[in-house]
Amino acid sequence: MADLRINFAGIRSPNPFWLASAPPTNSGAQVHRAFEAGWGGAVWKTIGAPVLNVSNRYGAWHYGNQKMLAINNVELISDRPIDVNLQEIAEVKRAWPDRAVVVSAMVESKPEAWHDVIRRIQDTGADGIELNYGCPHGMSERGMGSAVGQVPEYCEQITGWVMEVAKIPVIVKLTPNISDIVMPARAAVAARANALSLINTVNSIIGVDLDTLEITPNIGGRGGHGGYAGPAVKPIALNMLAALGRDSIVAGSKLPISGMGGISTWRDAAEFLLLGASGLQVCTAVMHYGFRIVEDLCDGLSNWMDEKGFATIPDVVGRSLDRVSDFKDFDLAFKAIARIDQQKCIRCDLCYVACNDTAHQCIDLVDRHGNIIRPGAYDARSNGKADAVGTRPSVVVREEDCVGCRLCYNVCPVEDCIAMVELPSGRPSVTWDELSQKQREVTEDWDKMLQYREKMGIQIH
Amino acid sequence: MNDQREDVSAVTDSAANNRVGLQELLPPLTTHEAAVESSRCLMCFDAPCTHACPTHIDIPRFIKKIATGNLRGSARAILEANLLGATCSRVCPVQELCEGACVLGSEHKPIAIGRLQRHAMDYIYSQGVDLFQPAKATGQKVAIIGAGPAGLSCAGELARLGHSVTLYERRNLAGGLSTYGIIVLREPVEVALAEVEMVQRLGVRLETGKDVGNDPSIGSLQANFDVLFLSVGLGTTPQLGIPGEEHIVDGLEYIEQSKLDQARLTIGRNVVVIGAGNTAVDCATIARRLGAERVTMVYRRSENEMTAYPHEYDFVKREGVGFWFLAQPVKVHVENGAVKTLECVRVELGEADSSGRPSPRAIPGSTFMIPADQVVKAIGQYKPSLASQLNLKTEKGFIDVDSDFETSVAGIFAGGDCIRARGAASTVMAVQDGKLAARAIHQRLVNHG
Repeated sequence: MADLRINFAGIRSPNPFWLASAPPTNSGAQVHRAFEAGWGGAVWKTIGAPVLNVSNRYGAWHYGNQKMLAINNVELISDRPIDVNLQEIAEVKRAWPDRAVVVSAMVESKPEAWHDVIRRIQDTGADGIELNYGCPHGMSERGMGSAVGQVPEYCEQITGWVMEVAKIPVIVKLTPNISDIVMPARAAVAARANALSLINTVNSIIGVDLDTLEITPNIGGRGGHGGYAGPAVKPIALNMLAALGRDSIVAGSKLPISGMGGISTWRDAAEFLLLGASGLQVCTAVMHYGFRIVEDLCDGLSNWMDEKGFATIPDVVGRSLDRVSDFKDFDLAFKAIARIDQQKCIRCDLCYVACNDTAHQCIDLVDRHGNIIRPGAYDARSNGKADAVGTRPSVVVREEDCVGCRLCYNVCPVEDCIAMVELPSGRPSVTWDELSQKQREVTEDWDKMLQYREKMGIQIH
Repeated sequence: MNDQREDVSAVTDSAANNRVGLQELLPPLTTHEAAVESSRCLMCFDAPCTHACPTHIDIPRFIKKIATGNLRGSARAILEANLLGATCSRVCPVQELCEGACVLGSEHKPIAIGRLQRHAMDYIYSQGVDLFQPAKATGQKVAIIGAGPAGLSCAGELARLGHSVTLYERRNLAGGLSTYGIIVLREPVEVALAEVEMVQRLGVRLETGKDVGNDPSIGSLQANFDVLFLSVGLGTTPQLGIPGEEHIVDGLEYIEQSKLDQARLTIGRNVVVIGAGNTAVDCATIARRLGAERVTMVYRRSENEMTAYPHEYDFVKREGVGFWFLAQPVKVHVENGAVKTLECVRVELGEADSSGRPSPRAIPGSTFMIPADQVVKAIGQYKPSLASQLNLKTEKGFIDVDSDFETSVAGIFAGGDCIRARGAASTVMAVQDGKLAARAIHQRLVNHG
């Protein structure tokens, strides 16, 4: 059994799975039940300035048969009185000494307001504080949330105020609604924060109601942008997580990173760990299925770690970071082509149409006699199961023309039917970076490029 | 016209009196079910389901339109290829056609194409929307004889192209087997009649109760119309030629009464159905559903040779129907005017006969009795009699046509069951015949008009 315990900036928890600061951590009763279900920690729903909420505050993005591929919300920070929250935080921490209880905070951008809320949080016995610089809706209009997170100078200044009084670890939570995630992270480093977390929600409009022409969800005839989260944002979060891990200043600071953004399964969790997160937070998946999902998050992660020979979470953290690369450092001699397993192929021809219409036209329809045929090449009077199935052509990759773009692999609905097979290109390895240093003219002049291709035997049809 | 009105009121009565057992077998899909099922479709390119459909409906296209909530567009995609999409969505042997070819069959769960098509068709008929308008009148006149699926399809397609079409029907109601011969479990009468009305709204003139050949004569039709299309279907059930046959109920009439005149339909307690085709299965099904305690199908060959679709055979077995294979009826025993037993003789299978199936040979001294108080026969139908009247060239008794559905007499086209010398007769094949024949007729009228 793998050891799932973590020590995140001095905050210990029995597993890396914390509930993110959000509706699931709105009250003591909820956090109690979450801990009973097995959650390693909880970041309390943000406390701070007084607010009022509205109905229809959660929108959702559904795709096909998948409900809630993402959620979007205009819920503000906790609308429960701050004293009630602080009292329940203290009670929960007393009842669950082995779990991580972290409190998210957001107040007006004044030193005294931050000093006050930090001290009151510390009085509860909580393990840590998360600074909410992320919410893109509502609070940002009042100069809080992402209004802070989008300006590195503000991040640094406010974090500095917090660190003046903080006695417990402080985590700075970053907004993804920014052109370069590294900048606010560096600001947090400069202000001597203890840890980072990312991503907060992505600014978004879920949609428009085609009957009423109103914005979805409809809040009294209006609607607007809100924070987008859930499985759909995971790739965005992974990229930002890796960007921090590859930045010399942020990585050099060795601040731990709590990763979040669309974690729904242990597989997602493992990917966040591999790209450098040493703690994890989950929200949308819990809002979809409840606290119970933590069981498989832990169980699946543990089994995978056992299978891979990882004994502890730190063994996993950042293991794939050195594989993240810029385009300029890719090996241009790398070659792969698509190969279709004819035994597994169900002849849906989705690879054919995708390749033919939108990629590189290198898949053919081949009839039983080996002839290349056109789609729909059957007599109008031919019909029935036997005719349709029996005369259905095979989809065959013309390997000499395949550029290995991988579109067919992506659209194929059958498990392990299309493989991207690595082939020797016969060319020496070279990166764009190396090429532009050694043969600069090739990278700047099309005629030189064509000569280079010819010499290297690179044919693009 | 009076007759027609009587018949329609019978439809209403039968609907009102319909016992639970004869309601449509499959419930309509709910909006959510249709959304889930349509989203499951992979949207194959050049899809095998479309190839397998005799009318080549672009199935992924209509299914994705259901998924996006474009039911009107979905219905149009269906009707463009198959004007009788509502009937076909119910009666097609989808296991042998579209669903049988679905690539997801490899995971044993093909898309429920028939039921999705019905979803789109139910929507468009419930909206009372006509999706097609006839083109500008060409002044060309076509007479169509027989208002079954082939005739309706041909009539509708020609009317869309602007031709003046008169549709002659011998019976009081149009729709052919859809109206009279498909059991309600699969297609309620109202669905067939709604399609007839849709075709009429395209401008087709419907003349029911007309026995073409007598009045009007073929000659008068040839004189008054530019082209004739024969979609007369098949004839009555042949004779078994056994003593007591006059006490045997005709299967097609049995089904017809179950649909249109249930009050007068008598169902025995112990029913024997002779035959093992799809019509025989239907007869056995309604007998069971309408209260027969015991239903037995008797067939002179084995289950390997029976012509019912495998899924129909499975279905009727689950209905609790029993089978006597390799049994040849030889006499109906009657006491005091009531059927008592069906006398049969055991047979064995010998050499292949003209149908390509092994010929049954009676085993001497193997006579046995099957108790029965009602015997129904469903053993196929006579070939179309109009063929011989008109001296048309035939193939195995069916009207012979060329690739344009034209008979040996110029200007007389034919389609549907009456030309089905090869392959299984089915509604959807008839619809396709009607559509293709309409295109050929249109070419003829445009080129020679």
